[in-house]
Amino acid sequence: MIGLEHYLTVAAALFVIGIFGLFLNRKNVIILLMSIELMLLSVNINLVAFSAHLGDLVGQIFTLFVLTVAAAEAAIGLAILVCFFRNRGTIAVEDVNVMKG
Amino acid sequence: MQADLNIILPEIVISVYAIAALLFTAYTGKDRMAGMLLWLTAGLLGAMAIWIGVTGDGSRTAFGGMFNDDGFARFAKVTILLSAAAVMVLGQEYMMRRKILRFEYPILIALSAVGMMLMVSAGDLMALYMGLELQSLALYVVASLRRDSAKSTEAGLKYFVLGALSSGLLLYGASLTYGYAGTTLFSGIIEAAEGQAPVGLLFGLVFVIAGLAFKVSAVPFHMWTPDVYEGSPTPITAFFATAPKVAAMGLFARVVHDAFGGVVGDWQQVLALLSLLSMFLGAVAAIGQTDIKRLMAYSSIAHMGYALMGLAAGDAFGVQAMLIYMAIYVTMNIGTFAFILSMERDGQPITEIASLNMYSRAHPARALAMLILLFSLAGVPPLLGFFGKLYVLRAAYEGGLAWLAVAGVIASVIGAFYYLRIVYYMYFGEEREPLETSRSPVQWSFLMVSAALMLLGIINMFGVEGMAQAAAATLVN
Repeated sequence: MIGLEHYLTVAAALFVIGIFGLFLNRKNVIILLMSIELMLLSVNINLVAFSAHLGDLVGQIFTLFVLTVAAAEAAIGLAILVCFFRNRGTIAVEDVNVMKG
Repeated sequence: MQADLNIILPEIVISVYAIAALLFTAYTGKDRMAGMLLWLTAGLLGAMAIWIGVTGDGSRTAFGGMFNDDGFARFAKVTILLSAAAVMVLGQEYMMRRKILRFEYPILIALSAVGMMLMVSAGDLMALYMGLELQSLALYVVASLRRDSAKSTEAGLKYFVLGALSSGLLLYGASLTYGYAGTTLFSGIIEAAEGQAPVGLLFGLVFVIAGLAFKVSAVPFHMWTPDVYEGSPTPITAFFATAPKVAAMGLFARVVHDAFGGVVGDWQQVLALLSLLSMFLGAVAAIGQTDIKRLMAYSSIAHMGYALMGLAAGDAFGVQAMLIYMAIYVTMNIGTFAFILSMERDGQPITEIASLNMYSRAHPARALAMLILLFSLAGVPPLLGFFGKLYVLRAAYEGGLAWLAVAGVIASVIGAFYYLRIVYYMYFGEEREPLETSRSPVQWSFLMVSAALMLLGIINMFGVEGMAQAAAATLVN
């Protein structure tokens, strides 16, 4: 029987993979965007699992909002990335280094 | 329904204006209209601030508790709207001259202002998230407004990636909070967290605090701040340093008091630690900086540490101290950025601190105004900045965090060094190639008014003290 805790474990695992992807990735900014998406989607699993467990629809409505915002966020992220690429001719993470901080 | 819509009327007006202005300018003049649009938007935001400040009364909630209209929200909204309008007007000439005044800029600022108003009014995790994202998404774009500059797009990219990470953390916390409280309404969460809160709820709280700490750039979530401040065009840096900080602190206070007011002991220690680290890192890391925008980034990290100190006190007086601190901080920063905006040589903006050598000889009045602002930022006694610090230190002391208050005093002494270094350059530095100053009367008057407020405000703080007290009383009861 698959219960709430299984869903929460999967979501937590995906969330951690997303965070690690963000910090350990040294190759490509697109992978950063994918990691961010992974984090947001793991939250969605969490919300839907809780929603089903509690018998409360609010969690699923929250999920719809998160999906919409994630789409907007990806659009803006890619737009900024295109501008960056036009200026620098690269999207490697190690080249995001004009400013050191 | 009608009553609910009446409560959020200011937000609706600004949103409808933003959409209408976007369509209208896209079809007509585009960037030729930008100057006019900027003044119009600034005027609208200012008018909304006056409207909210004058007509607002009592505490009301809309949409089943999702949206609060109370004294706290109104205090924060007036501060946000006035500072956003002021910063827009302040940067107009600078952006016009460097041809980066696009018509999207005022519209994006208006939309992010709506997001910020939603943030400080949020009564529900969904409203919180939507407000935060509306504000952040607009700001990511604004940070990379100078599309043809490697620095500006890099700033936008860094801000976007780390901002999205913080949204993810906050959202994960929100999902856990929802799961263990069974509701997303703050009024329901506070009931679920009464007495002994479930562990899952505390996990949620910690994640939400981590996400919010990113937005206020508290250490250890501050990495984006110096780069974004340095890379963005200066008027936009000025905006980042003012209104969004107030909104994020307001949201912080909302969440910890409205949703987790029953478990003060659990978040107090986290906030105290964030505050301690921010104050010290802000003070120490700013010492080696040579770029004044980077220096202001570390300065804002340190200032957020002090504001968090007020919040960490965990009572109504702490919130009052935080609100007063933020109001003073915003005023000081607008003045300081008015000065930074006017620094130039051969028409090019200069942000090197060393270029201020012997600045006082050529421009004694400006140098004096900047000296007052820097002393106030450092918290030197007769000036307004000192009273802001005094309030948060008192709040921390009375809230049982005497060690934090002592640490705050030490950090402020360390921090005074880098502010005074600028003063030293301006008055006693060595002779170098002189700095020119733009002749903008707007920048001049913002600088002078802000410096004058630092001196005159010490008489009665223009009543901000009483207003902040009333605002804090509506949040904490």
